[in-house]
Amino acid sequence: MNQQLLSLAIWVPILGALPVFWAGSDRRCLVRWLALAVAVAGFLVTIPLYTGFDPKIAGMQFVEQAPWIPRFNVQYFLGVDGISMPFILLNAFITVMVVLAGWEVIEEKQAQYMGAFLVMSGLMNGIFSALDGVLFYVFFEASLIPMYIIIGVWGGPNRVYAAIKFFLYTLLGSLLMLVALLWLFLESRGSFNILDWQQLQIGMKPQILIFIAFLVSFAVKVPMWPVHTWLPDAHVEAPTGGSVVLAAIALKLGAYGFVRFSLPIVPDAAHYMANFMITLSLIAVVYIGFVALVQTDMKKLIAYSSISHMGFVTLGFFIFNQLGIEGALVQMISHGFVSGAMFLCVGVMYDRVHSRQIADYGGVVHTMPKFAALFVFFAMANSGLPATSGFVGEFMVILGAIKANFWLGFLAATTLILGAAYTLWMIKRVVYGPVGNHHVAEMQDISGREFLFLALLALCVLGMGLYPFPFTEVMHASVDNLLKHVAVSKL
Amino acid sequence: MLNNFVMPDLYPAAPEIFLLLMSFLVLFVDLFFGATHRWMAAMLTGVSLLGAALITLVTSDAQPVLTFSGMFIDDMLADFLKLMTYFAVLMMLVYSRQYLADRGLDKGEFYLLVIYATMGMMIMISAANFITMYLGLELMSLSLYGLVAIDRDSTRSTEAAMKYFVLGALASGLLLYGMSMVYGATGSLELGGIAQALYQGQTEKTVLVFGLVFIVAGVAFKLGLVPFHMWIPDVYHGAPTAITMFIGSAPKLAAFAMALRLLVYGLLGLAADWQKMLLVLAVLSIGLGNLAAIAQTNLKRMLAYSAISHMGYMVLGLMSGMVAGKIDPFTATNAYSSALYYTVAYVLMSLGAFGAILLLSRAGYEAENLEDFKGLNKRSPWFAAMMLIMMFSMAGIPFFIGFFAKFAVLLAAIKAGYVAVAVIAVMFSLIGAFYYLRVVKLMYFDAPVDSAPITAGLDVRVLFSLNGIAVAGLGLFPNEVMMLCTTALLRSV
Repeated sequence: MNQQLLSLAIWVPILGALPVFWAGSDRRCLVRWLALAVAVAGFLVTIPLYTGFDPKIAGMQFVEQAPWIPRFNVQYFLGVDGISMPFILLNAFITVMVVLAGWEVIEEKQAQYMGAFLVMSGLMNGIFSALDGVLFYVFFEASLIPMYIIIGVWGGPNRVYAAIKFFLYTLLGSLLMLVALLWLFLESRGSFNILDWQQLQIGMKPQILIFIAFLVSFAVKVPMWPVHTWLPDAHVEAPTGGSVVLAAIALKLGAYGFVRFSLPIVPDAAHYMANFMITLSLIAVVYIGFVALVQTDMKKLIAYSSISHMGFVTLGFFIFNQLGIEGALVQMISHGFVSGAMFLCVGVMYDRVHSRQIADYGGVVHTMPKFAALFVFFAMANSGLPATSGFVGEFMVILGAIKANFWLGFLAATTLILGAAYTLWMIKRVVYGPVGNHHVAEMQDISGREFLFLALLALCVLGMGLYPFPFTEVMHASVDNLLKHVAVSKL
Repeated sequence: MLNNFVMPDLYPAAPEIFLLLMSFLVLFVDLFFGATHRWMAAMLTGVSLLGAALITLVTSDAQPVLTFSGMFIDDMLADFLKLMTYFAVLMMLVYSRQYLADRGLDKGEFYLLVIYATMGMMIMISAANFITMYLGLELMSLSLYGLVAIDRDSTRSTEAAMKYFVLGALASGLLLYGMSMVYGATGSLELGGIAQALYQGQTEKTVLVFGLVFIVAGVAFKLGLVPFHMWIPDVYHGAPTAITMFIGSAPKLAAFAMALRLLVYGLLGLAADWQKMLLVLAVLSIGLGNLAAIAQTNLKRMLAYSAISHMGYMVLGLMSGMVAGKIDPFTATNAYSSALYYTVAYVLMSLGAFGAILLLSRAGYEAENLEDFKGLNKRSPWFAAMMLIMMFSMAGIPFFIGFFAKFAVLLAAIKAGYVAVAVIAVMFSLIGAFYYLRVVKLMYFDAPVDSAPITAGLDVRVLFSLNGIAVAGLGLFPNEVMMLCTTALLRSV
């Protein structure tokens, strides 16, 4: 049983989506409960991954290996280490939230909506656990299909543009990665095994080319400045659930790619390009922070805030110290909870007023006190208030950056001010002040269902902020191992 | 003279002979029962193809066998490609049954021409000699010209047939001219003999390469590679959709066989020269095919340009056999089998995509415009999902067969050192993804324009579903077909 846990994590949601599709959109009650059952089951099968995980082992655990395409030596090779395991749990957890969030809001083709999210959840688990290059790529690219449909079918007025832009942008990156993967296959004399690639000796010039190919792919996904422009469009147009999954999980795929591929496979190129990467990350942190400040659309604001936070993650990776990388990973998970929750909050308001413009709100606290409390809490976490998860990751990365170079840390720390500025300013305009208009006056406070998912997320954010040890504990050995590996030149 | 006559071994050519005999039967049955029992000719054609498949399987031999004084070869590759051809033609017959009946095109001529075209393809697949190749090609082409014009009252169809005929005749002429040059230089019409002569190296290189250019042009015409692609959009667009489906499927297999037999079996000694020509053709096809497809509003035309680009990708495999001036059997087999795999995958996808048009068409109405696919998800979520699979597969997105086809040819191209070409190819596939995405967009994001119920019969519905499931299933488990392609090639060279 223990041996197939990862397969279960991948295939339970995907196969579970089939009866959801089959149930059809007319039987809405059945569809919802079925989807919830599958999502919860999908989450439950991932729990043993955490409880059965041995934090002392740096290598891969729960490994499954079977031939898939012997013709090209492609294997169905799964395994997780301390870096990837938390993301599988996060993903499965967020999927449950998304199903709950779409419970009543989605009126059209609910079966397809729920099914698409379940399929995507399985595919994302596949990305985080694949240890074979082709398997990784296949999951990586296949996950575009459900997201394309989600944005395009249930999205806002400009959804078609956003969906196609999202798809093509991401595809652009991954196609170059495919070429790099094929090149590595030939260079390693016929292996698609990522762990083999990590041991492969590669010259400097090919290393840089491979790094660039991976960079294009992962930078689009993260997204890093200047290839971030698809994200605000996608977020604004996507339905709430789509935004949540995009922000909480999909963005992590790119960052995860850096630690799984770029750093260990081409360490010399990673060191060589580190300054470049750090520059891009800092631009994302500072410049995008300013961009977020002037947004009038809440979803857009959170989208830019995501880009800025993800800049922190890439910064943490490329300063090559324990604090930096662990901080970046913690930041990724924390951002998963916080940004997901922020988008859910905006979704809650959008369902009532049908506007995402900050100007259309004001004084929400008077009509929705329970909601306002939670929303403000998440906003605090987003701006990195101590005792929330947002603080832990940022603080670790800043400490790591100061270790590397004081000015680096200084620049990175501006996010604490900028983040607070754009988030709290939005809160001030939306939540506080006098009741803005009659729409706001008519708003109903959150239902039990909405309270449930927001409160669950709030618990996670708070728990992680107060006691991050369970998260850092599982990562420690793997990050240590990664750093040792990256320090050794492959030339 | 007659004393020297030795009865050739007919056994390897049994499927062709069987099909020929059956064609007479179809002819007679149509003559006497055509007016009253139209289904008989259709049934009989199906039975003939199944019978031919059975015979092909029974007479299959692990070793290549030559017959008719070395003009005709029966090897694993031929058996494999022939089986795929029967399969594609059978699918086309089932897909198009109702479409043809609705339009009064299910005449005896149709079935007869289909049988002869199939026979032509089989002869091309088994050709071991320039003459056989040419005969097979002409048998196929002439039958296809007729088929394109089968709806004789349609000006668009007749115009398409005329264009196809004129350009096809020109291409045949080019091919024949090239063949004569090569014959002049090597003194042999047999592919084995030509390879031998090239190997010994006592040939006039200038004349050879001159001839090669014409042969490559002829092959490129049949594959529909840029700049010999002009006929494809017009013919695909002009022909009745059932015929377009036919032209877009099985003949690609035959054209692949022709390319492989002529260039690899016969002219491998000139690989350094023809690989460069194919490289140019491939890049142009991938580029132009993908770019021009964006501008199309008619799905048949879009699929025509998509066919051009797909054949370009296929050629990426075909041109990667020789690495750094040396032919290593292992690498070469890998490369050619990737091209073969691509062709097989493409045929399956192409059948499905045209199948969707046939599915949505009804008496007096052709669902061939992109508009007709608007809101398909509302009309039928299942068929929309199947078409989604077809489109994403053609765009090369996993888990569908189209991805692994691209994967295999790109791997071959990179192995041969064409990394830059591979990058260009994937960049154009990005552009290509746009127009496939647009079809998905129309089906899923837009409201339906045409709200009529789908009237297609059960056979088309089931076949289309199976086709979609096959495209997805063979993407989840691609190994078997890949292995089949490789084995077929390994046992043949």
